[in-house]
Amino acid sequence: MIRPARTHPLWLAYLLHRVSGLALALFLPLHFWVLSKALTAPDELDAMLAFTDNPAVKLAEFGLVFLLAVHFFGGLRLLAMEWLPWSQGQKTAAAAALALAFFVSGTFFLKAI
Amino acid sequence: MTTKAEVLEVSVWRGSADGGALETFEVPARESQTVLDVVSWIQQFADPTLTYRYACRVGMCGSCAMMVNGTPRWTCRTHVQKVAEGNSLRIEPLRNLPVIKDLAADMDPFFDKWVEAEAVHHPTGTRHDPIAHVDADSGARQAADAGIECINCAVCYAACDTVAGNADYLGPAALQRAWTLLNDTRDGGGASILDAVSGGGGCHNCHSMGSCTQYCPNELDPMSAIAGLKRETVRRVFRRRRDA
Repeated sequence: MIRPARTHPLWLAYLLHRVSGLALALFLPLHFWVLSKALTAPDELDAMLAFTDNPAVKLAEFGLVFLLAVHFFGGLRLLAMEWLPWSQGQKTAAAAALALAFFVSGTFFLKAI
Repeated sequence: MTTKAEVLEVSVWRGSADGGALETFEVPARESQTVLDVVSWIQQFADPTLTYRYACRVGMCGSCAMMVNGTPRWTCRTHVQKVAEGNSLRIEPLRNLPVIKDLAADMDPFFDKWVEAEAVHHPTGTRHDPIAHVDADSGARQAADAGIECINCAVCYAACDTVAGNADYLGPAALQRAWTLLNDTRDGGGASILDAVSGGGGCHNCHSMGSCTQYCPNELDPMSAIAGLKRETVRRVFRRRRDA
């Protein structure tokens, strides 16, 4: 089988966008299920909120915010590339999206701990 | 200047449409040796039955593209020293295309898609008309100029993972040619080009991975051309709604 050449920044940006999108799609039903506890079982919701004080959960939340931010900024990059005449400098734009995602999720993490 | 290794270990894909495998050859290393030199050496001195394709040897004809260590390249313009991993090379036929024999890929699906994408000239005049005036400074002409140096080598087509995943996808080269014609004032096929590139296998399949732009040996930018087609096809939808 011929191994294709994929090790370049925009392909990695593509992969990150897909993986983050998939992870967020898997997370959202869980998120809504927990939120629904506010109406159906407030005690269970309180227990879950207490559970989020766990340092491991804080770290997982950092990952989640990073995925959300990188999908958001990466999505803005793709929208700009495809709908505005801004096709040049995509590697820089992809790097900027990653940097912004780290900044946002890092700030979130530092505030959380 | 001396080469690092005196002998290159070269794995060459041998086979046909029914399947095949890598076969290893020992090829003497030379200074300023290209990958095409290596393939030619094997055919001339080791195994005359090796099948491959080339013509100009100087990066103009676009016929010698192969996968070299997993990357699609013009073999005539690729120096062994730049791509060898240690002293080994792996040479395979272009990805995403059927194989005729050994290193010669069947280019028919690639060229059929150029026609499917309406990436053919749609004349607006005859030989009896005066030569058309082309404004070289216009934005449309500059967009066309950015992509017209394509020599149909199919390196972008072999690099594209969207082509690998969707056999109907027209691919970067055909779509880029459609984009240059759409921006050519002498071409009268605007509507048919937009119809062709907005269909099932059209420009909206592109995931903007950018492998086409990354590996184009002519340093063209098919990814941006496809982004241009996406804009124009959608703009046409809104224009139609407004005019309806």
